[in-house]
Amino acid sequence: MLTTIYAILFYVATLTFVGGLALRIKQYWSIPAPLKIATTPAPTTTRGVWFRMFKEVALFESLFKSNKWIWVFGMLFHAGLALVVLRHFRYFTDTTSLIWVWVNWIQPFGLYAGFAMLAGLGGLLVRRIVVPRIRYISSPSDYLMLIMLMAIGASGMMMKYVAHTDIVAVKQFFRGLMFFDWQPLPADGPLLVHLSLVALLMIIFPFSKLLHAPGVFFSPSRNMVDNPREQRHIAPWAAELEK
Amino acid sequence: MSEQVTNAPTVEDYLNPLARPELQPDSMKELHSFEASPEHQDKLGFPGELVDNWHDVAIDKMGDLLTKYRGFRVYMDSCVKCGACTDKCHYFMGTGDPKNMPVARQDLLRSVYRRYFTTGGKYFPKLVGARDLTEDVLDEWYNYFHQCSQCRRCSVYCPYGIDTAEVSMAAREIMDTIGKGQKYCNEIIGKVFDVGNNLGFPTPALEATLESFEEDLEDETGLEIKMPLDKKGADILLVTPSADFVAEPHIDGLMGYAKVFHAAGANWTLSSTASEAANFGMFIGSYENMRKVSMRIREAALELGVKRIIFGECGHAWRVAYAFLNTLAGPFDFLDPRYPVPQHICEYTWDLIEKGELKFDKSRNDKYRLTYHDSCNVARATRMGDTSGGQFEIPRNILKATCNHFYDMAEDTIKEATVCCGGGGGLLTDDLMDLRVKGSSPRMTALQNVQKEHGVTHMAAICAICKSQFAKVMPKFGFEMDNILSVHQMVSNAILLEGAKDPDDDDDDDDDWVPPTPPPRPPRGSAA
Repeated sequence: MLTTIYAILFYVATLTFVGGLALRIKQYWSIPAPLKIATTPAPTTTRGVWFRMFKEVALFESLFKSNKWIWVFGMLFHAGLALVVLRHFRYFTDTTSLIWVWVNWIQPFGLYAGFAMLAGLGGLLVRRIVVPRIRYISSPSDYLMLIMLMAIGASGMMMKYVAHTDIVAVKQFFRGLMFFDWQPLPADGPLLVHLSLVALLMIIFPFSKLLHAPGVFFSPSRNMVDNPREQRHIAPWAAELEK
Repeated sequence: MSEQVTNAPTVEDYLNPLARPELQPDSMKELHSFEASPEHQDKLGFPGELVDNWHDVAIDKMGDLLTKYRGFRVYMDSCVKCGACTDKCHYFMGTGDPKNMPVARQDLLRSVYRRYFTTGGKYFPKLVGARDLTEDVLDEWYNYFHQCSQCRRCSVYCPYGIDTAEVSMAAREIMDTIGKGQKYCNEIIGKVFDVGNNLGFPTPALEATLESFEEDLEDETGLEIKMPLDKKGADILLVTPSADFVAEPHIDGLMGYAKVFHAAGANWTLSSTASEAANFGMFIGSYENMRKVSMRIREAALELGVKRIIFGECGHAWRVAYAFLNTLAGPFDFLDPRYPVPQHICEYTWDLIEKGELKFDKSRNDKYRLTYHDSCNVARATRMGDTSGGQFEIPRNILKATCNHFYDMAEDTIKEATVCCGGGGGLLTDDLMDLRVKGSSPRMTALQNVQKEHGVTHMAAICAICKSQFAKVMPKFGFEMDNILSVHQMVSNAILLEGAKDPDDDDDDDDDWVPPTPPPRPPRGSAA
């Protein structure tokens, strides 16, 4: 019963996450940006734009210019999350195969990353509560999102440091889901909380502010080449006006 | 130099230009600039007054914009409310009203977007901060989207580049579409359609004005320096803000352009139908109106048969010219392909300086101890020259080539971090004076700091709105209204023209003329 519920939950969550995100990306892709609105100084070549985007996505360059506290907490959270997610590959992949061998190497880093992630989220939550400017702009969902991520992190770390789960069985469960050969899921509290919240996160991702992840790549102020005089830029609907 | 050390101001003398204010919720709520009359609305193709089914029309228009502008859609979705922008807007710094924080300003529109266009907002409005579009919300839109100068400072600091300018343009377009336009912007666009420029300055008056300027130039230099109007077959069409014909210090800048053209032996002209560089179509976010205003320039260039187009000193105008003109009114394949279309007058002048074709006597500007205000839209939406950041270097290079005493203001208030003058984006109207003064305070504080530190007396700018705004608000901060200058005014003062009489010839004591000493450093803290 439990296995069936979670199996279905994860199929639904995965479909919603992948399908919803794909639809949203297709939508962003298909809406034209009729005017050149790069925030300048901007790169004058496509290669330069790739570099700018890399700095924005990997180093949070603009946020660094803006506010060092938010940058530190944001970086701790995102870098921590990235490592934790990579560490989780071991539950889905055959880590004896050559392609996935790196998953073994990052395991220790992934452990520390869990703490970094929680520290970052905690810092962001405290700021949201104590800084009047940020409290003013916060909706209930903004707090809940942080609390949910913290609960995901905390429940995950509990399984490592407090109440161990049969991790081999968990891996068999997920490998089973991937190959449509369901295996039983252990009925441990922290595990079920962890998995429920992760599924919830995947489901709300395409309908929430988490869209900032694909959004940043489509932001015209960051992804446009500064060459309006050299190259005429015109959107299809704007070209219609010329007829 | 020792005097400088003993008089060196201490930390307490300086105020932080970017100080975060105490929150004063809704303190600017009532500020309501005049609404456009039916006559103003009509000329732009908008309904004369609020339409009966305004709610549905507004939502439909928002839906329409969401499919036409990728930026608008992405910006509506992407904000995570991190707070990075909250202390970056000069109007927030000046007023303390939290709805002047960029994210809160965007949220006025985003909350409605979420309610009508997102799953979360449709089913859980309270949870995600979504709300219905009501008359109160519409009033908030009108008041707070006319407290944004579309300066893009917030977009520099946003980790996703969310640009409140785009959001405020969308909001204004929605409001225009339901018949709730702003008088200042819409009346001016109507004048451009009727007469050719923002000031509604008719051709005969323009002719007479230019003639009188030519006489002034002849009195000053003894040379016949021309300001041709509608001259067919000229090589260069100069498109400049109409304020350059009527306001100070703008006129002195225009004189500077004329002298540069004269020195270069250029065959240039102004156009009576394109006697305006500014394009207020951008302020109201209306592609159609922006395009119509831009097309005048294309038509004038074709009519006069010019080879190049050069823009005078104007900030938002340079944005529309540099970044949008090719899109709106291009392609310009009928112009000389050796030159970018369009060029900025600063690019033109600096190019001549680099080639050694202009000569200056910098000491003629020794009475000025100068700083430079980066106009917001030039800084964050355009470029000059071939390299990224040329928009910061070229005007400064011109100033350094023409005067001896130049000092920049604090690094976090210039270049891409520049703080707006407080009057841009359709806010340069007397009914918003309270906001304009408050919004200029970060810039004015930064200026007071260099006044204390370096004895700076004057500030130069390359934007008609900045110049008008500063002339008006500077007296409220202990400066004179003529402490704001045009960059080409400095060029005009210092340029050495062949065959010109010495400007000091009228003086009796010109043989032992010495540059005036810089004004005494003000006592510590006097201007704070």
